[in-house]
Order: sequence, then C-alpha cells, then structure tokens
Amino acid sequence: MPEQMKMIQCVVNGRKETLCVDVRESLLDMLRNRLGLTSVKKGCEVGECGACTVILDGETIDSCIYLAAWADGREITTLEGLLGPNGELTRIQEAFLEEGAVQCGFCTPGFILSAEVLLRRGEKLSREMIRKHMAGNLCRCTGYENIVNAVEKVNRERNE
Amino acid sequence: MVVGKSVPRVDGYEKVTGRAMFTADLAPGNCLVAKVYHASIANGRVTAIDTSQAEQIEGVVKVVTFQDVPKISYPTPGHPWSVETAHQDRADRRLLTGRIRYYGDDIAAVVAENEVAASRALRAIKVTYEEYEPCINPREAMKGTKPPVQEECPDNILAKSEYEIGSADQALAQAAIVVEGKYETSIVQHCHIEPPVSYAYMDKGRIVVVTSTQIPHIVKRVIGQALGIPWGQVRVIKPYIGGGFGNKQDVLYEPLNAFLTTQVGGRPVKLELTREETFANTRTRHKIYYDLKMGLDAQGHIVARDMLAVSNQGGYASHGHAIAANGATSWRHLYQVPNVRARAYTVYTNTPVGGAMRGYGIPQYAFAAEAITDDAAVKAGMDPYDFRMENIQKGYFADPWLKPIAANTNGVAECMEKGAAYIQWKEKRKKYAGQTGNIRRGVGMAIFSYKTGVWPISLEIAGARMVLQQDGSVTLMVGATEIGQGADTVFTQMTAETLNISMEKIHIQTVQDTDVTPFDTGAYASRQTFVTGTAVRECAEKLKEKILEYAKELLWERRRALQTSARETEEVPGADGGTAPDSASWLPADLCDGCIVNAAGDVLLALEELAQESYYSLRHSSAITAEVSEQVKKNSLSFGATFAEIEVDIALGKIRVLDIINVHDSGRLINPRLARMQVHGGMSMGLGYGLAEQLLLDEKTGRVLNGNLLDYKLPTMMDTPDLTAGFVELEDPVGPYGNKALGEPPAISPAPALRNALLHATGVAVNEIPLSPQRLIAAFEKAGLLSASVGNGSEGKKEDGADV
Repeated sequence: MPEQMKMIQCVVNGRKETLCVDVRESLLDMLRNRLGLTSVKKGCEVGECGACTVILDGETIDSCIYLAAWADGREITTLEGLLGPNGELTRIQEAFLEEGAVQCGFCTPGFILSAEVLLRRGEKLSREMIRKHMAGNLCRCTGYENIVNAVEKVNRERNE
Repeated sequence: MVVGKSVPRVDGYEKVTGRAMFTADLAPGNCLVAKVYHASIANGRVTAIDTSQAEQIEGVVKVVTFQDVPKISYPTPGHPWSVETAHQDRADRRLLTGRIRYYGDDIAAVVAENEVAASRALRAIKVTYEEYEPCINPREAMKGTKPPVQEECPDNILAKSEYEIGSADQALAQAAIVVEGKYETSIVQHCHIEPPVSYAYMDKGRIVVVTSTQIPHIVKRVIGQALGIPWGQVRVIKPYIGGGFGNKQDVLYEPLNAFLTTQVGGRPVKLELTREETFANTRTRHKIYYDLKMGLDAQGHIVARDMLAVSNQGGYASHGHAIAANGATSWRHLYQVPNVRARAYTVYTNTPVGGAMRGYGIPQYAFAAEAITDDAAVKAGMDPYDFRMENIQKGYFADPWLKPIAANTNGVAECMEKGAAYIQWKEKRKKYAGQTGNIRRGVGMAIFSYKTGVWPISLEIAGARMVLQQDGSVTLMVGATEIGQGADTVFTQMTAETLNISMEKIHIQTVQDTDVTPFDTGAYASRQTFVTGTAVRECAEKLKEKILEYAKELLWERRRALQTSARETEEVPGADGGTAPDSASWLPADLCDGCIVNAAGDVLLALEELAQESYYSLRHSSAITAEVSEQVKKNSLSFGATFAEIEVDIALGKIRVLDIINVHDSGRLINPRLARMQVHGGMSMGLGYGLAEQLLLDEKTGRVLNGNLLDYKLPTMMDTPDLTAGFVELEDPVGPYGNKALGEPPAISPAPALRNALLHATGVAVNEIPLSPQRLIAAFEKAGLLSASVGNGSEGKKEDGADV
C-alpha cells in the first residue's frame, strides 16, 4: 500500500465500513466521494460555514477540517442516517418543514445535525442558548428566525 | 383555494433529508478537476508565462493560458439579450486574459486527474508581469488612468446617465431649507453557502454544462458567444442550487469550463470555486458614492431632489451601469417631488467586479436616500414619520417615462402605519429624545418602492409547459429557476388553483435543462411569481380549455353510444342527441376537485378517467398538453418599510438591535409562510449590510483582505435578532393572482432604518455603512460624544438600557 494511504474501520450510519483512505483526505471527501453521502456539503473547506457538519461519537464536527484517517474506530452519523427505515423523518426534520426553516436547502443538513445533537441533551433551551450552540452553522437564506423556532418547538415539546 | 395558503414547500422533504442533489453531488466520479491561475497583481500585463513545469506534474492533463483561448470578448450579465446593437451588454471579458484588470484576474487554467495534481500545477506556473499603478477608487479613476482599465473607455467611465424633471437648481436656490449630504456604501458579497460550481462534458458533439446558476438559458447563450459556436451546440442543466442572490445571475466560470472540456476530448471536467475565489473572483455588490441635495419649503414639503452617484464597477462591466441607473430611476419615485435631477456614473477600477445582488442598486440607493430624508426631517424640525407621510406619493402613480412601472396599488402609507404601531413609534421617539450617558436607545425607519420585473427597460419573457398524465395528475415544467425562494411551490399552487386539482397531483420539474424546459430568462429581479406566474396561469388555463374540449367530445360520444343502445332497446332518452336545453346538463363546464363538472356543478367525469381515455382511446387518442411562451409587458411597484429599535454602547461603538420589523406591500401573498421566510432572509441580509459586512481591499495592491467567512462578517445566528415580518395585502390588478415583488425588497430598508435609529439615539449622522464599531467610534469622537460618555459611562442607567 502506498505510504500516503491508510486502512481505517469506522461505523457510518450504523454500517461497518472498512476503507482505504489517503492520509491527506478530509472526512468530508471520504463521506462524499467514497461513500456517496452527498448530504454532507462543502461550503468553505476551512471550518467556517458548518455545511459539512456530521455527528462523530455523539458530537458535531466540521468534517472538512477532520481527517478521514482520524475517523478510525469512530462512529459517524450523517443526515442520511437520521431517517427511519421507511423514510420516516425525525421530529426535528418535521419541525424544520412545519416552521419553514428551509429555503435553498444547502446548509440544512448541517443545521439539522447540530440541532439534533443539541436536542439530545434533553435540557430546556432558551432562544439565546439555541443561538449560541448553533452559531457555527451559517445560513444566508432564512435569517435564522425559523430555524430557531423549529429547534425551540421540539425542545418545548420534549420538556412539557 | 390553494393560492393564499401557507402550504408546505414542494421540495421540503428532499431538503430536510439531504436528498436534494446539487451540482457537485451529481458530478460523475471520473470528472477531471479544473483550477484557475489568478493574477497576483491588480493592474498590469503578463509579459511571460511558463507552464512547462506544470505540464510535467503527474496527473496533469492540460494547461491552457490566455494565449490559447478564442480571441472573442463576451458579456456576462444575466440580462435578456438585446437584438439592438446599441442596447447590448458590454462585451469586455475573455475566457482568460493577459491584461490584468483586478487582483486575481484569470490568466490560465489547469485540468488534472485530481485536486492535488491541479493544485500543484497551479503552483508550478511561472508568470512575469509589467505592473501599472492600481486604481481602486472610482472618483479617482474617472479622472483618467494610464492605461485605462478597459481600452474602450479612455476615461474609465463605463456609462453615465442623466435626467431632470423641472429645475432642481432653481428650486434648491429658492427652497426655505436645503439639506446636503455625502453617503457611501461598501462592497459586499452574496455569500450563498454553495460556492459556484459546474461540470462540463461533450455529448454527440455538443457541450453540456451542469451548473449552479439562476439563469440556465442565459448561460447557454453566453457560452455560445464566448466560444464562438452556435448557441444550439450548448446545453445547460441547472439542478438544485444552494443560493444565488444575484451572484449566479451572472455567467461566471461556465464558459471557461465549457472550453476546457473541448480541450480534453470532451471528458467531464469539474470547476468548483473555493470560498476565497467566490469572494474575489465572482461578483460583488457595487460600492456607490452619493452626493445628495434636498430642498424643502417652509411647511416641510420636498420641492427638489438632486443626486450625483458614482458607482465602482471594478475591472469588468458585468451588469454595469444598470445598477446605478436603477437607483437614479427610484429617485423620482415614492416621494412627491416637483423638481428632480439625477446624474449617475459607473466607473471601471482595478477592484473585484460589481454585479447583481439582491435589490439591484436599490439597497445602495435607499441607504443614501432614506438617510437624507431623515436628515431633512431633522432640519425641518419634523418627526421623520410625519415628514415621510406628508411627502410620499399616495395612491396610483407611474414613472413619467417608463409608464408600465407604476404603483398599481400603493400600500406604503399602510406599511408605515403598521410598522409604527408595532414599534410604538410616537412613544419611543419621545421617550428616547435627549438621552445622555453611554448606553442610549433609538428608533429609526426607512421606506422604499421597488419594481417587480424589468419591463420596459428590458425584455420579460417566461415559459411554462403542462402535461396531463394518465392518472389525471399534471407535470409542470418552467424555465424559471427555484433557488430557495420557493418559486416551485408557488407555481404548483397557481397550477392547482386554476385547474382546481389538489397540489399533490402537480409534479413540478425542479431541474432546468435548456434542451427540455421552456425558455425563460431565469431567477432575477423580483420577477418570477409575477412574470413566470403569468405564464403558468396562461398555461393552466390553456390546459383546462383542452381538457374541457376533450371532455365534451368524450361525453358526447358516450351519450351517443347510450342513445344508440337505447334506441335498440326502444328507450330513447333525447331524440336530438343531446343539444336540447333539457339535456345541457351533460355539457362539461368546469373543473372541480379533480373532476369535470357541468354548469350546475354536478360531477360528470373524473379527470383521471378522461386522462386515461386521452392516452389510449381507440376512437381518438391524443395526450393533452399545453405550452405557452409569454412576453409580459407589465410591471408593478411594490412597497415596504423597516422600523428598528436599537441600543448603542457609545464607548464600544456597538449597536444592538432590540427589535426590527419589515412591513411589505407585495400585493396578494401566494403563500404567506414562504413570504415571511423571504422577508426574514432579506432582513438578515440588510442587517449584515448595515452593521457588519464589508469586503476590504488593500488600497495599495487592490487585493481582497478578508475573502473568507471568518473575517468577512456574515451574520451568524448570534448576531441576528428575532425578525418580524408584516404585510399589507392589496390585490395587485396586473400581477397574476394579485401578487407583485417580494423576493429582493426585504433586503432594502433595514440598513437606512438602523442608521436613522442611530441618529435618533445619539444625534450623530453616520453616512457610511457598515455601522461598524471602528466607524462609530470615529464618528462619536468627532461629535464629542466619546470623551464625555467614557467619563460618565457608569452613570448610564443600564437596567433599562437608556437614559430618558
């Protein structure tokens, strides 16, 4: 095997993967190019916009500035992994639709995953806490208003 | 009734599941990778270029330079082509260039097997330059530079325009009060989250380009022009697109991408820009300098307005003077002014290229115009709300020369009333008057008018096609593009409304393919719901007519068959075969809830049954389709207002937005929830424009200093306050289903409203945006606020945030 290649094993969306990756390769490129998980978007490639957000061992990361090689032994969830077996939406996905939190849809996968991790904590969230937690995801279409509304709605339902 | 309802987006599921496929998601795995070599000077000429080392790098397939591309100059803006030479866009760009006009200009391109090889090849290219002094200020550039930025314009003035109604000079000389001001905006960038990306390949000798664009049919034409090939040799496909805001209403790198595939035997080549390239090498919003004058009579009525505008175009024409000219046109709208003059210049400089950006010159114009309006109110001793209410044009008015541009409905006064009530204008103007201390509050407002489409300045044409499927559902194709604004959803609503079938039975094709989808110039202006909506309505009416026609034929045949069999059994229902008045109940009259009904509303036939007959009837089969290509010779002004309440920390130079509302008169809302979403997004963009965003250039080198999302202060969730959207729904008599512009207008008035709130809070008029801390500190220092407020800053009553 060439020097710059490395064999890794990881779990992606519940499935065990064994992959030969370039040690210079980002997790973003691995997920998109090797596994065809195109919900993971490339918006800046330097960790500024959050479009490439994925869940890694329960925490959100920018997959564009995380090396594929580092994913060895880890568990990754992309937006594709949130859906139920029959294409059922999770509650936060439904809330994004209900509240009108989606416009062009390019930043949406990253936002939903950030929201999902935040909501899993189970704590009661103020609008300011939602804003603070999700400030790493940029959106130019929505002005964030309805995204905050969607997260707040699901959080309220779960804390009633 | 589905028009007027907040139905869910038709593309919502695809977007919340990440299944919506954008351009980069579709690029084939064997795509070659293209990258562009950008100049490291802002003004000069390439004297030598050496690509030999780059060509030796493993994985490099092709290197092309400015010497290898067609010697053809072409225009790039997303305007409909003009068949009149005099009105054609300026063709001043080549695929690659040896004459460098701005820092980052495109000199060469490499095509490689992978990203790494392409990047290495770029670094191995050696260029030597002859450098000229860069000029980044248009007011300097219009005095002339050696050499000029574009050889065709020796004085660097791309275009100028001027008009006068009455006599501005005379009226100003006689005015009781004269107000003057200089106002400046900043260069900002669209920052759609999906960077521009395309991939190109050849198919049966033709070039196919898949690209993230707002204007597929225009991209097709411009590729043809740039490569000097027949336009039919080009096919452009637009998948889902991750925002555009006008940047993708320009032809960016698609022509170069198309050329590159021809240089590698038609293999697929992907050209994806980095974020840094998106900032420096695509388009920006023009920075415009305004010198404004306003004259008032003793009662506070505006008697004259005078404008001098100088717009910084950058190195290439792109949308050019249309931007500054749009503001000059607006200068004669909205307010009652007997004497108006406007002079506008658009000037080439060695800076990144100005193009279309949400509002097309009106955010710049409205900042200046609404700032001086507040300045005038202050000087006249009037409340800015009362001053505006006194001076606005009420009811119908039309542009004096461009007659179709008219206030067919005019809700600006109602927008003001609604906004003022929400923000508690009168109370707060009074409460926050004459504050001292470090923390002060203020309320400010701004209003605007905005034309929906481009007619009669330019062509408006839209197309729609509908096919009745075998199950009675309808496939809808439009040439206009969904770019996130919700166009596909409102077109679906309109079709469902006119055909009176459920929305689930309308299947809109979201991908535009110039080989397949009807001709339409694309997503720009605020035209789609209005212009393409007109085509969709026409098409649905045509389809309905054809359905009823076929229904009549079918029902007649059935009736005849029934009579024949009845006659055989001697039970004759109507001897005349069905034309007698007593039997008119069989005649189809309308569509209702997926059925064909008679005049009394009784169901005669299910649409599904008819549809299947139309496909497979042995007697007469003919699939029912309709298509229209509609030139729309209509326009309508829409209106709106922003009201904002802010808190200023004088020592920190920091503005906090406490509350903000936009109220719009956009006619009847086709989908109120989508409308609110559109308003939120525009307000956020307006807040960024007013408070933080600014593309910084090095004055000496012309290089972009903050071309990334960290240093360019795009509003984050934490920077954005809660946003409130309000509407005044007046049914527009010319817009389809009563609608008019909504797409761009929300971005127009927040920035001047914030500036005017700052004026109210502090008494300091800041005439440049963004209202950044650095700028505010300087302004507060100059006004003598800072030394005083720092000294007694702790005395400011922080609990309510304001000293009253």
